[in-house]
Amino acid sequence: MDDTNNKRREFVRNGVKAALLGSVATGALQALKSCSDAGAAASASANSETVELMTTDGHLIEVPVTALSETENLKGDDYRVREGFPNRKFVMVVDLARCKNAKKCISSCNKSHFITGENAWIKVYKMQESQETAPYWQPTMCMHCDKPACVKVCPVDATFKRRDGLVLIDNERCIGCRFCMAACPYSTRVFNWEEPRQGETTEIHMHLEHTESSPDYAGMPSLKGTVDKCDFCPHMIDKNELPHCVTACPNGVFFFGDAYEDTVTNGDESFRLSELLEERAGYRLLEQLGTEPSVYYLPPSNRLVDFQEGLENYEPYKSVDLSEE
Amino acid sequence: MMEAQKEILEKLAPRKFTRVGKVWVACLLAIILASLIAYGIQLQKGLVVTGMRDYALWGVYISNFVFFVAISLVGSLISAVLHLSGAKWATPLTRISEIIAVAAIVMAGLTIIIDMGRPERLFFLFTHGRLQSPIIWDVIVITTYLVISLLLLYYPMLPDFALLKRYFKDRPKLSRRFAKLSLNWNNSERQKKLYRTSIQMLSVLIIPVAFGIHTVTAWLFATTYRPGWDSTNFGPYFIAGAFVAGAGAVIAVMYVIRRAYGLEKFITDMHFDRMGRLLVLLCLVYLYFNVNEYLVPAYKNTVEEAQHLQSLFTGAYSTYFWFVTAGGLVMPIVLLVFPRFRKPMPLFVISLVVVVSAWWKRYLIVTPTLLHPFLPIEGVPESWHHYFPTGLEWTVTFGTLAMALLIITLLVRILPIVPIHHAIEEREASTAKNREL
Repeated sequence: MDDTNNKRREFVRNGVKAALLGSVATGALQALKSCSDAGAAASASANSETVELMTTDGHLIEVPVTALSETENLKGDDYRVREGFPNRKFVMVVDLARCKNAKKCISSCNKSHFITGENAWIKVYKMQESQETAPYWQPTMCMHCDKPACVKVCPVDATFKRRDGLVLIDNERCIGCRFCMAACPYSTRVFNWEEPRQGETTEIHMHLEHTESSPDYAGMPSLKGTVDKCDFCPHMIDKNELPHCVTACPNGVFFFGDAYEDTVTNGDESFRLSELLEERAGYRLLEQLGTEPSVYYLPPSNRLVDFQEGLENYEPYKSVDLSEE
Repeated sequence: MMEAQKEILEKLAPRKFTRVGKVWVACLLAIILASLIAYGIQLQKGLVVTGMRDYALWGVYISNFVFFVAISLVGSLISAVLHLSGAKWATPLTRISEIIAVAAIVMAGLTIIIDMGRPERLFFLFTHGRLQSPIIWDVIVITTYLVISLLLLYYPMLPDFALLKRYFKDRPKLSRRFAKLSLNWNNSERQKKLYRTSIQMLSVLIIPVAFGIHTVTAWLFATTYRPGWDSTNFGPYFIAGAFVAGAGAVIAVMYVIRRAYGLEKFITDMHFDRMGRLLVLLCLVYLYFNVNEYLVPAYKNTVEEAQHLQSLFTGAYSTYFWFVTAGGLVMPIVLLVFPRFRKPMPLFVISLVVVVSAWWKRYLIVTPTLLHPFLPIEGVPESWHHYFPTGLEWTVTFGTLAMALLIITLLVRILPIVPIHHAIEEREASTAKNREL
């Protein structure tokens, strides 16, 4: 693991600031994989084989396959859960012009994080600024603020901010005072008011994943009397995959990526973050509070979807399908 | 002279419970037992047994906690502020107020634990505490306040314990206990000097700590972004309200003690009259902060503030709001300017209304704000849009109130409730004065 990591670093250092997409964009990743597979098969001709990659400033470059190696995970040996993935800064962009309240993000998130109560981590709000302005659907999740109000007030260091941008919760530490929930202006945190009805599902899953309970995978398991919330899926990032909500969305609403690499992708399309925010006039929720969220929104202008369609799915009093249990 | 001293001691020495006293304690114990059972259920099932949910994430437990902290401030008001300002008339009330303060601050600490989702992890506050969290400030300042309050309760009792040691010489066991408690008090000039200096020092020390506990408690709310809490006025607003609540509590308790023990000579109508006047002053100060707290946001009427204020003025919480404003603020000011309402009985009734209003006031500070977040409340069951405590929550809450009353009752039972040595000194001074005439 160390070896692959070093190679990867070397590769980046060599000035080929590519492959960024490689680590987050599924599309590019698959390309990469198939290339290296092919490379392994035809080992003799491997040296001459090249692969096309796009750099972060939009140029296509050719790289010899031998310079690439598949990264198994991003963690590395010196990974510390409170520090995060080295040299990364994760961000999300939510394109409101595409959201029609399909709610696949919610169900996928609920399923993957074993949410069994009535407290989904993603909620899609029906928003309308005023009578005269158009309504739109707004998915919200944890904003992973750079100046998180929740972390500031936590008395026992249970919720913490990582260098890679993630705000996570150590539910083995949380004392259940709920001050973080009072402090969060986005109402994104939820509480396990009772014993989560997860049964053995999380245990089985942890066994299959060869993993232990960690803030890296919130909800696995959830604990009675502690706070939960969206974790930005570090367990998926580690596997070079996108968060569940991003891949589940049929409309490509969610873009995930790395601010240092200036790239975001929804799996099908990739953009330069700075360009996307500039061209589409991106903004963040409650910017005036100074919390500096890691989640950007693109305004619902020139819409690709019909707002009305979402009304069919609209259930103001429900976010978790409890019948699925 | 000795006769007078004996008479005073007979009146003020701790006395066994009467039948009414026993029934009272039994009732309190019954309520406490019920609340312990309720809390056991809560521990087992989780906080789901309360009315709280993800939006109304704090409820009656936290408002009860704020109430206890508020009540506890009276110790510093009577025995420090009045003492330092030379208001000698209040001395017979110091012990009552310190007992209330100790009971309230102990219960404040317990109440906050009741609200925790993981009470068994309480020690994390000490092993993993982070100084930037207002909760840690609260932990520090509340424990400090408890220690100073205990000292301020105990220290002035030393001469009384020495007196009681002699008074109970027929009952060696009791006498020995008082002897131990009196720490060899022998009334020497050196001891008296030390005693005066120490009480003076404690009185000065407790004021910033008392302001600290309630300011920090206010900051638990004011350090968040939420409309209704996001206020620079909150610290002084809480302290002003706490003095009103505490003064009300002292009046209520002193009335009951005076009746129960027949202490009309020691807790006189004058004391009620003065406490009534003090209450008017405190209510006026509190009214001023209330005007600040509601008028300024109402004038600007931003969307968030408007929602919050609407729920208080005309919406779901208006009945409570106007009750606490009329009963806890306006009524005492209007009635207590008339001397006849400052007589013990009417003042007692008014003080009860003030204390009950003060309790609901805390409920109104904690709950409505949480139900008006910045983003809409959607995707949660309809019932999560409202909050009202469940029967179990009420049981636990009444249990904490009963426990506070029990602590007060037991301390009143075992301690000299009016400073005996002070009463003797006063009697001596007045007889000396009479002789001169």
